[in-house]
Amino acid sequence: MKIKLKIWRQESPDSKGGLVDYELDGVSKEMSFLEMLDYLNTTLIERGEEPVAFEHDCREGICGCCSLFINGRPHGVGAEITTCELRMTAFENGNTIVIEPWRAKAFPVIRDLIVDRSAFEKIMQAGGFISANAGAAPEANSIPIPKELADEAFDAAACLGCGACVAACPNASAMLFVSAKISQLALLPQGEVETKRRARDMIAKMDELGFGACSNIGACEAECPKGIEISHIARLNRAFVASAF
Amino acid sequence: MSILDAKIPSGPLADKWASHKNSVRLVNPANRSRLDIILVGTGLAGAAAASSLGEMGYNVKAFCFQDSPRRAHSVAAQGGINAAKNYRNDGDSVFRLFHDVIKGGDYRAREANVHRAAEVSNQTIDQLVASGVPFARDYSGYLDNRSFGGVQVSRTFYAKGQTGQQCLLGAYSGLIRQVAAGKVTMYPRRDMLEVVVIDGKARGIITRNLVTGEVERHSGHAVVLATGGYGTIYYLSTLAVGSNGSAAWAAHRKGAVFGNPSFVQIHPTSMPQLNDYQAKLTLMSESLRNDGRIWVPKEKEDKRHPNSIPEDERDYYLERRYPAFGNLVPRDVASRAAKERCDAGYGVGDTGLSVYLDFGGAIEKQGKKAIENKYGNLFEMYRKITGINPYEEPMRIYPAGHYTMGGLWVDYNLMTTVPGLFAIGESNFSDHGANRLGAGSLMQCAGDGYFILPVTIGDYLADDIRTSRIPVDGPEFAAAEQEARDRLGRLMAVDGKQTVTSFHKRLGKIMWDHCGMARSEAGLQEARSLIADLKEEFWSEVKVPGRQDRVNQELEKAWRVVDFFELAQLMCRDALDRKESCGAHFREESQTPEGEAQRIDDEYSYVAAWEHKGAGSDHVLHKEQLEFENVEIKERSYK
Repeated sequence: MKIKLKIWRQESPDSKGGLVDYELDGVSKEMSFLEMLDYLNTTLIERGEEPVAFEHDCREGICGCCSLFINGRPHGVGAEITTCELRMTAFENGNTIVIEPWRAKAFPVIRDLIVDRSAFEKIMQAGGFISANAGAAPEANSIPIPKELADEAFDAAACLGCGACVAACPNASAMLFVSAKISQLALLPQGEVETKRRARDMIAKMDELGFGACSNIGACEAECPKGIEISHIARLNRAFVASAF
Repeated sequence: MSILDAKIPSGPLADKWASHKNSVRLVNPANRSRLDIILVGTGLAGAAAASSLGEMGYNVKAFCFQDSPRRAHSVAAQGGINAAKNYRNDGDSVFRLFHDVIKGGDYRAREANVHRAAEVSNQTIDQLVASGVPFARDYSGYLDNRSFGGVQVSRTFYAKGQTGQQCLLGAYSGLIRQVAAGKVTMYPRRDMLEVVVIDGKARGIITRNLVTGEVERHSGHAVVLATGGYGTIYYLSTLAVGSNGSAAWAAHRKGAVFGNPSFVQIHPTSMPQLNDYQAKLTLMSESLRNDGRIWVPKEKEDKRHPNSIPEDERDYYLERRYPAFGNLVPRDVASRAAKERCDAGYGVGDTGLSVYLDFGGAIEKQGKKAIENKYGNLFEMYRKITGINPYEEPMRIYPAGHYTMGGLWVDYNLMTTVPGLFAIGESNFSDHGANRLGAGSLMQCAGDGYFILPVTIGDYLADDIRTSRIPVDGPEFAAAEQEARDRLGRLMAVDGKQTVTSFHKRLGKIMWDHCGMARSEAGLQEARSLIADLKEEFWSEVKVPGRQDRVNQELEKAWRVVDFFELAQLMCRDALDRKESCGAHFREESQTPEGEAQRIDDEYSYVAAWEHKGAGSDHVLHKEQLEFENVEIKERSYK
């Protein structure tokens, strides 16, 4: 099939970017979305043009590298998928597809569709861990953890750190990302000890880095490729309030 | 005289690690802060090492090519991590785990290293749980286990089908904690291009900043590689697209000998290739073989829908050939059996290159809910990619390149033949012999990083407590930087017409056809000549567009493919030299009448360690003879 593409091209962090039109013939429904971009890049290189830079690695929906805003939605159409899991079966001959990078002040563009998500690293460094030195850990089965809690912690821990929640949010808030980590660790007895400090420090860092506030819109939950629920934000808010006392 | 000294401690097997720990030299806490350690690669092994070394007080400079350590390909390990906890009371022990790994590796691994990996496995689970890894639990609240191929106990800890992600994020959280503490400095978006050797010791690396293109110098008192495997040499593999062998190869060029390069695991249960554009093959975890049954139709080229093929017209060939282990035979055996059926014309799907993995019986017996609990995310992944619902009809699967048992040769201290240059995790050759058992990779990576390297590197650094910071302006750094710049310049200058990827695909096809699941003298010779031709064509026809001084993903790929040409030659050379079959290395000339791998222990019971003698010169083979004092060498039978 033949498709039209409008892709954000930007030479470098300080240069001005813009949408560039491409027509691509010979696209197969069997391609994944990123294989379609590989194919576009092959045609560009063979024509002597520069390929579109985009971030990707595992191509199976687990590394969190994908960061494409497709037709106005992070990771495109479809529930609980990353861009690399999106297939060209979602599109028809003659469709126009607009591809942009994540748009958020805290995620500046590096080139084309690649953004700098190091702000997430800084938030994690502010407290997204349990202070357990290697060698100091007790026997793994010494603390039984109710299966329901372990399962809920797992659901929160499934976060990929891709940033779709920020890209989806009109406020560019990172609350779902931050709450997933705080919730995971607060649910587990081994992480519960540091909950107050963790909530206070991670939220302070998030604010400092220019992410917006949460106004309960819920777009983050709708677009999260791992289906992380906003109930974690509620747990975060409780932990944050508790941290004041 | 051999350049290989494995430095295996004396004494009984079970005491070696304890006595070694008691005898290695220590570096006192005040001195640790004066020592810099360069760590390349921040997957499970690297992140675990970074957190441990940082906690101990060393200065760690950690490098990865991704934007964050959390994205390293350990993240994609699915099924689990082994440990000898014996929580199931089913007779497991450190010795049994050791024994299974040695046998699973077809008696081509070093006893002492494997036993140590089994010993530290329990501590690893403790550490990961303490770090907040949400492993699966029973309703009792205690940790759950499941079984994996090649063993008869349940010793695998898991977090749904995302065990690698959870283990990596656990280790990553330790790493970022040390970043916050100022003990680890992260250098993301960097490719390592060269190792810098000064007075015979590894003292630094040259990197390329993947954002600015800058070629940078970094120094340290020691260098640790945790750079993973080179399975992407097949182009299509279960690995991340960016996984590559270049850091290991750079070390090899500077004198680190390479162990068993041809030992590559072909994973039996990957999704089959769907089209020519495909960039990777997605793994379906081995854990699925706990409940899934593998079969093909009994009739050749049977085109019926799988659900309409009656039970008595299905050939459950693994259960038929290997009644003792059935669907849970080790990976090499399962892969070859699938290839055998497909080559004989029984394969399914349009291409005839796949077999069924069927959950019909398990769902009937245990209910959909139970199966969903165990494999929900894997079923979902399969459905998203193929459009087929595995709750309703069997999955189609086929073998794919996966894990490299081969890698940099290391001694018992995990040090390569270059003093001060260490290799941990998948990047070394050490623990899995000629075939790795499932859930053994996370076990080794975490053990190497958390508990083994932090001990052994101290013994080396104890000599360096009076060595001040290594300056980066010496002639060795300048020369290494120049080498890197020259090669980058040469790649940009070819200015041909063909994409880097087109060469990588062609190389991958050569390797898959001739140095994949089955190898022969004639095929390997042919591959060597095809690779040489392809390399020549590359250097006159490749097109690397764009500029060096900014993001240039084609240049990154080109650098890696250049190294793959060399590594591919060495893999074929190693495979030619080893005229026996063992584990994943199947030489067609060496098989039993039933088509099983035939080892030749009198001649090949050694690690093949290849020394690089400079561009244009032949590699030299060194042999580390393997001694088996604690296991009886047998024909590896899963019947």
